[in-house]
Amino acid sequence: MKDLILLAEDAERLTGALGRLCEEAKARAAFLVDPNGRLLASSGGAANLDTTSLASLVAGSMAATGSLAQILGEQGFSGLYLEGARAHLYLAVAAEGAILVVVFDGGSSLGLVRFRVKRAIDEVGRILADFAARDQRGEGPGPARAATELAEITDEEIDNLLSS
Amino acid sequence: MSFINYAAREINCKLVYYGPGLCGKTTNLQQIYARVDPATKGKLISLATESERTLFFDFLPLDLGSIRGFKTRFHLYTVPGQVFYDASRKLILKGADGIVFVADSQVERMEANIESLENLEENLIEQGHTLTTLPHIIQYNKRDLPNVVPVADLQSTLNEHNTPWFEASAAKGTGVFETLKGAAKLILTDLKNKMAG
Repeated sequence: MKDLILLAEDAERLTGALGRLCEEAKARAAFLVDPNGRLLASSGGAANLDTTSLASLVAGSMAATGSLAQILGEQGFSGLYLEGARAHLYLAVAAEGAILVVVFDGGSSLGLVRFRVKRAIDEVGRILADFAARDQRGEGPGPARAATELAEITDEEIDNLLSS
Repeated sequence: MSFINYAAREINCKLVYYGPGLCGKTTNLQQIYARVDPATKGKLISLATESERTLFFDFLPLDLGSIRGFKTRFHLYTVPGQVFYDASRKLILKGADGIVFVADSQVERMEANIESLENLEENLIEQGHTLTTLPHIIQYNKRDLPNVVPVADLQSTLNEHNTPWFEASAAKGTGVFETLKGAAKLILTDLKNKMAG
């Protein structure tokens, strides 16, 4: 699997899509998590949440859910709804196995969230497809710039980082 | 698969602790969690049974500092060691940038070590990797116990790829950070080499 490089402009596009989702779905927060549990982008009241733990647990839940689907002979489950007393979570699979996470409360409804998530999945899918196409073509100064910068790291710098 | 967040200037790497049941994978994470600066760590999450056996995974996010202005963030995971949790192991292994294989040095656990190592290799192959291509190190744990196999024998049995190895007594905290740093070094060196093409 290829390494994923997310540039500032990439993050902006994803955050914009999540922001629109939050607004339209009247949600508290929305996140995009990669299948390995890493947070790609967030919007809304994410600052008040432990997003690192949330991303890891969401990925674990969706991975387990995917395996459950296989046991039932399904290709996968497209969504997962977790209902709390006040806060609820809706998880949905987007392109490239990325997971769209919406946190909402009584100010919204599952129906509205699901409706808006469907549209957001399309938008996020288009954005991720653009990234993939760009990487495939090897285009764009961003990824090349990032790769060059990291390739120049010396063994000594790695040793220094780990010596503390 | 490393994730480089250029927007946040972060390098995110996934390190998975693998090994037979009760070899000390969770103990490694607990010791790291207990000893590192609170500012550099997140919550230690353990999805365990009531008897504290790992059911799905343990998870600990850790910042190792900055390099060239990039924060290096490591996500440490353990897999459940018990043989029948193979489906969970496969899920956790996905996307790993490196592996720490924790071997139990006790004589009576040698067979379990071999079985777990074979299981790791099988699961990696399913995901398109091998131990020759994926950065990994071996930790010979429980060296403080009386009935341990000599390191030379462990090496000849478990370290076919001649990868870096460390002795440890994770319950006492010995060798835990040496192992972590050894693994982090392999992963970052691998990432740098991949970026250099």
